[in-house]
Amino acid sequence: MTDKKQPTDNISRRNVLKLGAGAAAVGGAPMFFTRHAYGADFLNNPGDSGTVTLGFNVPQSGAYADEGADELRAYKLAVKHLNGEGDGGMMNTFKPSALTGEGILGKKVEYVTGDTQTKSDAARASAKRMIEKDKALMITGGSSSGVAIAVQGLCQEAGVIFMAGLTHSNDTTGKDKKANGFRHFFNAYMSGAALGPVLEKAYGNNRNAYHLTADYTWGYTTQESVQTSTEAIGWETAQNVLTPVGAGDFSQYITPVLNSGADTLILNHYGKDMVNSLTQAIQFGLRDKQVDGNDFVIIVPLYSRLMAQGAGDAVKGIFGSTNWHWSLPDEGSQAFVKSFGQEYGFPPSQAAHTCYVQTLLYADACERAGTFEPCQVGAALEGFKFDGMGNGPTEYRAEDHQCFKDVLVVKGKENPSSQFDLLEVVEVTPRSQVEYPVDHPMFAGGDLGTCNNGA
Amino acid sequence: MFKFSAASDWMLFLLFSAVVLTMPIWLAPIGANYPDLMQRFAIFGLFAIGFNLLFGLTGYLSFGHAAFLGVGSYTAVWSFKLLTMNVLPAIGLAILTAGLFALVIGFVSLRRSGIYFSILTLAFAQMSYNLAYSVLTPITNGESGLQLTLSDPRVIDTAMGEVVGRSLPSTNLFGIKMSGMPGFYFCAVVLIIGFFISLRIFRSPFGTMLRAIKSNQTRMSYTGFNTRPYLLAVFVISGMYAGLAGGLMAVTDPLAGAERMQWTASGEVVLMTILGGAGTLIGPVLGAGIIKYFENIFSAYNTTQLNQVFAALPDGLQEIMVSVASMFVGKSWHLTLGLMFVIVVIFLPGGIMEGVRRIGGLFRRGQKSPESASAAAASTTQA
Repeated sequence: MTDKKQPTDNISRRNVLKLGAGAAAVGGAPMFFTRHAYGADFLNNPGDSGTVTLGFNVPQSGAYADEGADELRAYKLAVKHLNGEGDGGMMNTFKPSALTGEGILGKKVEYVTGDTQTKSDAARASAKRMIEKDKALMITGGSSSGVAIAVQGLCQEAGVIFMAGLTHSNDTTGKDKKANGFRHFFNAYMSGAALGPVLEKAYGNNRNAYHLTADYTWGYTTQESVQTSTEAIGWETAQNVLTPVGAGDFSQYITPVLNSGADTLILNHYGKDMVNSLTQAIQFGLRDKQVDGNDFVIIVPLYSRLMAQGAGDAVKGIFGSTNWHWSLPDEGSQAFVKSFGQEYGFPPSQAAHTCYVQTLLYADACERAGTFEPCQVGAALEGFKFDGMGNGPTEYRAEDHQCFKDVLVVKGKENPSSQFDLLEVVEVTPRSQVEYPVDHPMFAGGDLGTCNNGA
Repeated sequence: MFKFSAASDWMLFLLFSAVVLTMPIWLAPIGANYPDLMQRFAIFGLFAIGFNLLFGLTGYLSFGHAAFLGVGSYTAVWSFKLLTMNVLPAIGLAILTAGLFALVIGFVSLRRSGIYFSILTLAFAQMSYNLAYSVLTPITNGESGLQLTLSDPRVIDTAMGEVVGRSLPSTNLFGIKMSGMPGFYFCAVVLIIGFFISLRIFRSPFGTMLRAIKSNQTRMSYTGFNTRPYLLAVFVISGMYAGLAGGLMAVTDPLAGAERMQWTASGEVVLMTILGGAGTLIGPVLGAGIIKYFENIFSAYNTTQLNQVFAALPDGLQEIMVSVASMFVGKSWHLTLGLMFVIVVIFLPGGIMEGVRRIGGLFRRGQKSPESASAAAASTTQA
């Protein structure tokens, strides 16, 4: 291939380039022969090796670092349980399960970690390192939909499975869906659909909403979903203002809300951004305000216990939705909370939950497929129905690789009993109410494409 | 112009080519011989070489070079989307657009020198970043980054009768996939060509003129030279290098994100150049390699791996070593890099290349060597 790049304009350079090409051939030869030396059937085939490597790619710095840290804890716990250490957590309640507690397909599970820095470039570099250097068979992680979409695209091109962690944008399994990518977490549309009826019951039909929205794919789709479902219950939308991710200070965006005539503030923010914007909104006295006889209210479409902890008293009485909460009474949730608590001394967040579940689901799909070959693993995940993972009966829809399950609508507790007991579940919205057809306009324009195994 | 001035330049060029092309072999012991990282070595090497042409020769410190890198990336990805998956048009267009962009920014910024020039370039780069991040979202796809889709037109490919199935096509050079090792060799060859051009510029009258601007611009003006055209020319060349590097980034991984244009990315290339040795030929490439190595390898160390490294030590000592070492690896890799940078700048103001020269000087002290002495003198003035 070096030959093609030889400039032909100058003769005196010919010798130099010949030497260069020769060196390239000599240097490259071993790589070409060893790259697919064993198992040319798919990328990073572990072959006869006794171990299998998974790549955990989470934000360890930036606005979503808290979520990332909790995700990593969950991944480590999942690896422990898969290798038969600890009490097994949700492996005991997950059904139907093909997991053995002896690794995956008899191979001990090992892992590598990386920092996405909440940046697409850094996340892709880190995922590439895992795939090319550490021979990771599966990449998982998230906490920013922009990053998740970028890494999902990379995994599709490279030919490994991507098990999305916390990513809530409609696009992940909508217009940017990929055959190699799978998402267990719920999405913005589901949040909107679940919040609508609850908000109607709590706040009536006559409200005027002002949106502050994180300036990227997750913010856009969340805003769109919430606007659609609030307008369906008769609310008006005053304005939508985009704010940069990781802004820190939101006061310049909150001041105009006071004079906009709106009586509802919808914060399409997540992580530290939500902690900051909500705290500042409360400090500015928004909630003590009355507009046209309505008490001013704030809504946070995507809630997490970690964020509630960060925002402290500010979350009291504020509605939002969440994928999972540690106080759920079902067997699976309790088993997970118990083993996570024993390991780390505090309950897991929804980010930790979805990451733990995704790791187990991947392992289980490998067991059922009887191979690590990405396309067969993917086929085993498609249409898979399971229970006992904390969300009730769940299905991986084959058409867009999105999990469908019940959604929780939560509210900040007025009288928390501990520093972790900050949210109460207001309603468990059944799956039927948040389900949508594959070609729903908010998810249109994408194509899974064909599965790529990297061979 | 195309005749080497000295045999030593030939040797340097040959040695450089050999070292670059044999990377997969000699990087193996330090765990850096995987394609993605080697591609990065080559790409950022090019970026730093281009930056060094401006900063090393004229002393004009641009704090906005990442903007050209980003422009190059976006152009290349658009070329993949609209024209063809072949990498040559993408790279050509990336260089061209970045050059034009540099012409505009350079025309304005070069009206000032020193700190004002730096601030102007920084301002332009931040402006580009914010434009790419939110205002120009239809062109740049904002935070998610510009990606290929199945529905892209790819006019030339379609006209050539290439049918795209349901999986994304990959970037190629007349059929050779530009990911993995072929991608690295492509980048490596481009780096070698870029190095050659840089070498020619260093040795040319044009290069001498630029050095003269660095040593005393006022004197240049008094002797009747208009320095602005020379500065603008080298600024544009430097921008084109950055555009080329950005284009190559898109070639090896067809995605362009706005964070490539952020001021931290501009600062990184300054660090690379100073760490390696500003104004030297090899230094910037060396600096780029070191920083990318730290970023990709050091940042990925976790306690499990550290335990393996120190496994030979007795238990208590192992724990202490692991806890001390973990402060410098993993997410704290910036700390290590910062310390190293401080040490280099204090003890070796000419960068790592000065260190290399000093060590070389130790060996040659016995012999009479007017050449090395003058080289050392030249290096100190350059630093």
